[in-house]
Amino acid sequence: MAQEQKQPRKAEEVEETPEAAVESDVAERKESLDDDVDAILDEIDDVLETNAEDFVKSFIQKGGE
Amino acid sequence: MSVRRVMGTEVEYGISVQGAPTANPMVASSQVVNAYASATVRARRARWDFEEESPLRDARGFDMSRQVADPSQLTDEDLGLANVILTNGARLYVDHAHPEYSTPEVVSPLDIVRWDKAGEQVMLDAARLAQNLPGNPSIVLYKNNTDNKGASYGAHENYLMRRSTAFVDIVRHLTPFFVSRQVICGAGRVGKGQDGREQGYQISQRADFFEVEVGLETTLKRPIINTRDEPHADPEKYRRLHVIIGDANLSEIATYLKVGTTALVLAMIEDKFIAADLTVDTPVASLRAVSHDPTLKQTVTMTDGRKLTGVQLQMEYLDLARKYVEDRLGADADEQTLDVLARWEDVLNRLESDPMSLADQLDWVAKLKLLEQYRSRDGLAWDDAKLQLIDYQYSDVRPEKGLYHRLVKAGRIQRLLNDDEVERAMTEPPEQTRAYFRGRCLEKYAAHVAAASWDSVIFDLPGRESLQRVPTMDPLRGSKAHVGGLIDASDTAEALVAALSR
Repeated sequence: MAQEQKQPRKAEEVEETPEAAVESDVAERKESLDDDVDAILDEIDDVLETNAEDFVKSFIQKGGE
Repeated sequence: MSVRRVMGTEVEYGISVQGAPTANPMVASSQVVNAYASATVRARRARWDFEEESPLRDARGFDMSRQVADPSQLTDEDLGLANVILTNGARLYVDHAHPEYSTPEVVSPLDIVRWDKAGEQVMLDAARLAQNLPGNPSIVLYKNNTDNKGASYGAHENYLMRRSTAFVDIVRHLTPFFVSRQVICGAGRVGKGQDGREQGYQISQRADFFEVEVGLETTLKRPIINTRDEPHADPEKYRRLHVIIGDANLSEIATYLKVGTTALVLAMIEDKFIAADLTVDTPVASLRAVSHDPTLKQTVTMTDGRKLTGVQLQMEYLDLARKYVEDRLGADADEQTLDVLARWEDVLNRLESDPMSLADQLDWVAKLKLLEQYRSRDGLAWDDAKLQLIDYQYSDVRPEKGLYHRLVKAGRIQRLLNDDEVERAMTEPPEQTRAYFRGRCLEKYAAHVAAASWDSVIFDLPGRESLQRVPTMDPLRGSKAHVGGLIDASDTAEALVAALSR
């Protein structure tokens, strides 16, 4: 999905900051973002039901309302 | 003129018995409801009073005959399924094959959130209590709307409206709003089509289950505008708009905006403020198309020829609502009305510029972000069972397992209320409506309340041969201001009934 790629932010930043600084800045931010993502996924991994396929197969509901 | 109005929600929870996928869901639902009732309702258990229910009355002015009605539409016949009234004024019961919680009547969007979230906690406690029953069934409940195999169950909203408002105006102005509001209050779904056979992610749990524009049914041929007209109030003065198109939200902000923005649009319709024609061509197809495009670029075609995205269509309503509140209330606008407007605007602007920045506010974005993180880390395709599992488990009501709850715990989703406020709402009724009278009577005189419903409390008093029915037809009477002192001063049900009949 394209959501994460469509920000026009890059152009604005380049105007104000030297290019090298932008790169290290972005790299740094990406690193802390990656840590962040890893932390939450690790936590979710711990609680996710173990056999996804079986779970999905057996999740059967009747219609309601 | 504001977001304030008598309203409530009713949510059917998905149910599964761990290790027993073929267990009868009606039995499991009854176990959940009865376990909660036995543990919390003191003395005798008041029955639900069906006298005033008329689920086959149609807002267009006719009654559907019972012979042509589908049996699933007959909700007013006491099927012997569990059904209980709580001291917070809510109703907890079994509807078809799901446990359902209806909030007490409240008058503000934040109070909807409060008593709707209290319902999640009631369900959580109920399922835990059911584990003590013979056989120790391990029942897990999900606040979602589909099994992704063809079945859907509802999360309905109810709004009290002036009877004098023409139903055609409601249909005309509300349909485009309902086609588009999912961009804010969709709960997100892995899979497309009623049985989920098409791969991918969509914004709404429910969109694919809507097949007609207007109608009475809720279980088949579901309509965008439901015409059930059962006001539980003076039918000369009021109608109850029964909204069946929403998703069950976990996010407090999503529920708050869903109800708050809808209440504002209803106020504009009642006051005939909307002159513009926002009619959408092919609403049912448009509803699905908007849901199927989480990039939010999908447009719908307006009758006037314009093509608008779901977000742009919402902005049309926001502009109207801003002008309306300014025109009718000006500097007197209440805090919640202004807050709903400000949040509505902020969310729409973010949906336009950077939707993923709403991962801490909206269910469909929070779920999508998590799914995309898994997809990128583990290289998963959209038909991978793990992604489907994440979709289901997002709505698991258990704090230790539910992914919504894990995200809240990790500080990744904003809240409007704290745990204490929600816990209090599990037992305490709202103070501004008749739910206060109902809840307090159940709390204080449980042994002598034979039955109750939205519009009555029926007492069985010692020494009296006939039951004493106290009608509560006006949703705004029976509030704390009306009866709080009286209940405080009446030590017994007899004293209360005597004081009420003076």
